[in-house]
Amino acid sequence: MAVNQKKPSALKDLNLIRTMIRQHKRNDLIFAGLGMFVIASLTITLIILFLDLVLDGYPKFTLDFFSNFPSRRAARAGILSAWVGSSLVLIVTFIVAVPLGIAAGIYLEEYSKKGWLSDIIEINVSNLAGVPSIIYGLLALGLFVYSFGLGQSILTAGLTLALLMLPIVIVSTREAIRAIPVQIREAAYAVGATKWQVVLNHVVQYSYGGILTGVIIGMARAIGETAPLITIGALTFIAFLPPSPVTIDPPFINLDWLNAGFTVLPIQMFNWISRPQHAFHINAAATGAVIIILTVLMNGVAIKLRYNIRKKIKW
Amino acid sequence: MVTEKNKHNEIVKAESKNLNFFYADGTQALKKINLPVYENKITALIGPSGCGKSTFLRSFNRMHDLYPGNKYEGEIILYPDNTNILDKKVDPIEVRMRISMVFQKPNPFPKSIFENVAYGLRVRGENNKRILDDKVEEALKGASLWNEVKDRLQDLAFNLSGGQQQRLCIARALATEPEIMLFDEPTSALDPIATVNIEELMSELKKKLSILIVTHNMQQAARISDYTAYMYLGELVEHDDTNKIFTNPSKKETEDYITGKFG
Repeated sequence: MAVNQKKPSALKDLNLIRTMIRQHKRNDLIFAGLGMFVIASLTITLIILFLDLVLDGYPKFTLDFFSNFPSRRAARAGILSAWVGSSLVLIVTFIVAVPLGIAAGIYLEEYSKKGWLSDIIEINVSNLAGVPSIIYGLLALGLFVYSFGLGQSILTAGLTLALLMLPIVIVSTREAIRAIPVQIREAAYAVGATKWQVVLNHVVQYSYGGILTGVIIGMARAIGETAPLITIGALTFIAFLPPSPVTIDPPFINLDWLNAGFTVLPIQMFNWISRPQHAFHINAAATGAVIIILTVLMNGVAIKLRYNIRKKIKW
Repeated sequence: MVTEKNKHNEIVKAESKNLNFFYADGTQALKKINLPVYENKITALIGPSGCGKSTFLRSFNRMHDLYPGNKYEGEIILYPDNTNILDKKVDPIEVRMRISMVFQKPNPFPKSIFENVAYGLRVRGENNKRILDDKVEEALKGASLWNEVKDRLQDLAFNLSGGQQQRLCIARALATEPEIMLFDEPTSALDPIATVNIEELMSELKKKLSILIVTHNMQQAARISDYTAYMYLGELVEHDDTNKIFTNPSKKETEDYITGKFG
């Protein structure tokens, strides 16, 4: 009797287990479906927006559009001064933010003593990444334009965007450094390396992939920033180029461009979109498409770099 | 200079004297440890997890200095120059230049095989290509790895097997001609064949230097070491010839541990 009772109950248990597994699998399916739906709707929205811009701006995708200055006549207007301005501002941003950000990240991670001071710095750096960009514009207007007298120039704009980009570079540098296993660090110290040798020969070399990714993502953010540059007084209509950074005569480098007035791609776009004539809206759409293509390209390069380096260095 | 010797007329290479160690949170991990390390001998540290044997080992190259708040008391004297390597005036880097270490998990740098071995020399300012080539070859031969890697010195070290990686780490530690080599459970992440290779290698290495090894594996201690120290709860329970420890220990606790009644 006892044996007979056992068998059906074991079978019942088995059925129970199977039902339970089916239920759990259904939850898997529901979650995966939900995730797919969210991702798909986001991606599709982005693609529709982008396609809309491309379709609207399509007639403007000519060489002339990139080599013409803005003009009162929409058909002749181009983004020459805007893309040159964007490039020059980004060069300043890059030169300022990258070394400062990496150095700060290395210092915070490797050298600074852990304590209340480093905690405060840590919280502030994280907060800086979340401050609305217009606040940076106000800071820059007060500090760079008025206090330092740098004017409404490419230099001011580059420095402003550098402030915006700094926290991104610092945070990504620190994260990349933290990903280095402690065993590798100890191995380097154990053969008699000094802190600086460890930083130079190991920390920097193993974390540059992550740092580079942060730099590119920071640049991609900077390229689309509009508000802080309007605050410091970027021009919205500009029909000349800054002095060339490179010259034919020695010393071949000319720094006058740093003090020149400028406009950038998103401001140019903003300017055109705020005009009543439809023809200018086509220009704006084309400019928007250019900005999106640049951003996607930069992020794509960042992802590719990260992927390549992860493949090479696996802990 | 006094050269200290034991009853077998063996030279003491290093010696801890009343060594206490405190972690940053205040826990005392080592209590009054007195232990000699003999020249050209292998001294094994055994004991249950958390007994402080790794902590003790890592005091010998001041690894604890990498983390703030750790504190040593007492001395570790390195002979023949009678340097107390725990002295605040002695730079930990100087200590690590004399005493090298092999870790539990193989930890090669993500660099080429050649650069892994050459790194200790580069840190010491050696950049002469020919000298580096010679010393790297010598160290790889010393770690019995040369024949397996001589044709692919520029390959990434990660492409080696686990056992090869550990021998590479031994070569890296060997290239700088250390006086003492520390091994922190060097075979615990390796398969039995790789383990035998490393054990044979250690017996070969002790001809040139002194070895202090932490091991979880009592058979390993019995196989390779000349001296064994049994530690428990941060204290040194017993230290003697390996034969004596494993056949006729003088303390009850040691016997319980090696016979498996405890631990």
